[in-house]
Amino acid sequence: MTIVVGYVPTPEGEAALTQAIHEARKSNTRLLVINSSKGDALVDNRYAQDSDIQSIEDRLATQGIDHVIKQPVRGHDAAAEVLDAAEENNAELIVIGLRRRTPVGKLIMGSVSQRILLEADCPVLAVKAG
Amino acid sequence: MDVWSSLMDGFATALTPMNFLYAVIGVLLGTAVGVLPGLGPAMTVALLLPVTYALEPTSAFIMFAGIYYGGMYGGSTTSILLNTPGESSSVVTAIEGNKMAKAGRAAQALATAAIGSFVAGTIGTALLAVCAPVVVEFAVSLGAPSYFSIMVLALLAVTAVLGSSRLRGFASLGLGLAIGLVGLDVVTGQARLTFGVPLLADGLDIVVVAVAIFAVGEALWVAAHLRRNPLQIIPVGRPWMGKQDWKRSWKPWLRGTAYGFPFGALPAGGAEIPTFLSYVTEKRLSKHPEEFGKGAIEGVAGPEAANNAAAAGTLTPMLALGLPTNATAAVMLAAFTSYGIQPGPQLFSSQGPLVWALIASLFIGNLLLLLINLPLAPMWAKLLQIPRPYLYAGILFFATLGAYSVNLQAFDLVLLLALGALGFMMRRFGLPVLPLILGVILGPRIEKQLRQTLQLSAGDPAGLFSEPIAVVIYIIVAIILVWPFIFKLIRRNRPALATGGVATPSAPEAPSGSSAHPDLPVHSESSARPEKKETP
Repeated sequence: MTIVVGYVPTPEGEAALTQAIHEARKSNTRLLVINSSKGDALVDNRYAQDSDIQSIEDRLATQGIDHVIKQPVRGHDAAAEVLDAAEENNAELIVIGLRRRTPVGKLIMGSVSQRILLEADCPVLAVKAG
Repeated sequence: MDVWSSLMDGFATALTPMNFLYAVIGVLLGTAVGVLPGLGPAMTVALLLPVTYALEPTSAFIMFAGIYYGGMYGGSTTSILLNTPGESSSVVTAIEGNKMAKAGRAAQALATAAIGSFVAGTIGTALLAVCAPVVVEFAVSLGAPSYFSIMVLALLAVTAVLGSSRLRGFASLGLGLAIGLVGLDVVTGQARLTFGVPLLADGLDIVVVAVAIFAVGEALWVAAHLRRNPLQIIPVGRPWMGKQDWKRSWKPWLRGTAYGFPFGALPAGGAEIPTFLSYVTEKRLSKHPEEFGKGAIEGVAGPEAANNAAAAGTLTPMLALGLPTNATAAVMLAAFTSYGIQPGPQLFSSQGPLVWALIASLFIGNLLLLLINLPLAPMWAKLLQIPRPYLYAGILFFATLGAYSVNLQAFDLVLLLALGALGFMMRRFGLPVLPLILGVILGPRIEKQLRQTLQLSAGDPAGLFSEPIAVVIYIIVAIILVWPFIFKLIRRNRPALATGGVATPSAPEAPSGSSAHPDLPVHSESSARPEKKETP
């Protein structure tokens, strides 16, 4: 069994990661960290750079958590990547961070969190930033 | 003071509200395309060419000048904050600029780039205003044989000196000249390369060729390389400089200007060689040589000044002789022709008000660029977050619209696609685009001069050498062509001396060759790989 966490280098993403680590230790399961980008813009601030990934790696290693970090760049949106990973690994839980969105912003851009909540086959734990 | 009063008249024209508005639009557009790697001022001018047919030529050229200068400014922002040169001329800026940004001195790097560009651009434009009339006075005395030789020099120099591979350069030049040949021969009325297609008899419209090669080729290339790991912009506040930074920057600015302008003005100029030379000089003269490679402000100030001064320098042969030496100038020259204005030494007398308004608008554009770039540089960098499918869909839309509107015939769209595929293949196989565009634009003009020369001498090839200037230039051409072989010979005979004597910092390879963006077509525009160069 696996816990999947959707990570982005923002306060919401950090909150989700912290919560996911907590859950993984409690149930002693493997943690799969997903940080993805569509890869169609030159710059994407939601795609974690090597230094970020390294610090997460260190953090998970020191806590003794069995973990995998994946950064798929395949042109799929973040929701699809997280859902795919959850299905493939038969996840028992998905952890995501929620950020404040206006109704108009959601109408135009859609909502990654909403799609995960609606389409996931397993329980989803949604946390807010600090 | 004839120059002075003409220039003041130019300012009066350029500062009318309408023209000023076009200058503002130009610098905003120019900065935007400069920031985005792969898009450049040449492509933007080509795309806007059909759109501006309805405008006064003066307004259109004021806007084009703004785009040209804006592109030079924008490129440095991307170089510094992303380590990806937005333009081929800011490759060198990335070396020290990105190191500075990583060390938390992005604000100072952006400031010295913007202020240095302003200083160099202003001095360069002043030199342009002074030099161009002098060059014109000299140029009106030249006959067809001399013109022919100067154009041969420009084509060969751009092809052989710039870029990493001479073979690829000449292949591209050959393609360009062939495209330029299509249509009816003006003297005999024979159809050339038309393959019996009557629609080809008028030749290929330069707008269609330029838009296809720059815009469609680039869009196809990006579509083929769409997914790549995204980068992160180094966050930065408002650019500013401390007292120490000013002290260390002003000399490199002036030296960079001194390198940039003459190189830009030479027929083989371009902005790549002077930026590189400026970097090497600053490294040698710096009081802080240990900082080079770790983010020395001199390494940003010098090259940035050099590329803007070169931009001004490039306009000197373009306006005075009708001789473009880079892609943007070539497309601007095509724009002159499409407005029915004959480029060449007569330009200053026949279109005086337009030319002086253009020069005045360069001063204005420079000031505007400083004002919009200094406080807003971090905002411009946000453009890089636009998903490229949206961006290139827009570009393709404009490209198609533009190509169709030239002659209102669907056949041009077929040409657009075919030439776009050619542009894609050129990028795929590393052929530089610049020689092709110069070949297309200069080809017919060079042919005209050749025909004229031969008609005057009744078909005797000796007529080509009938003017002393032509002979001198042919000697220079010969030196350029033979030089690499001699150089190789010398190096073989004295290997120790040659390798030790030539200062070649390996650093310029770093920003382009490293993980960042090895396949960026920035290099294909005209790759910055200066070889040992012999200048006339």
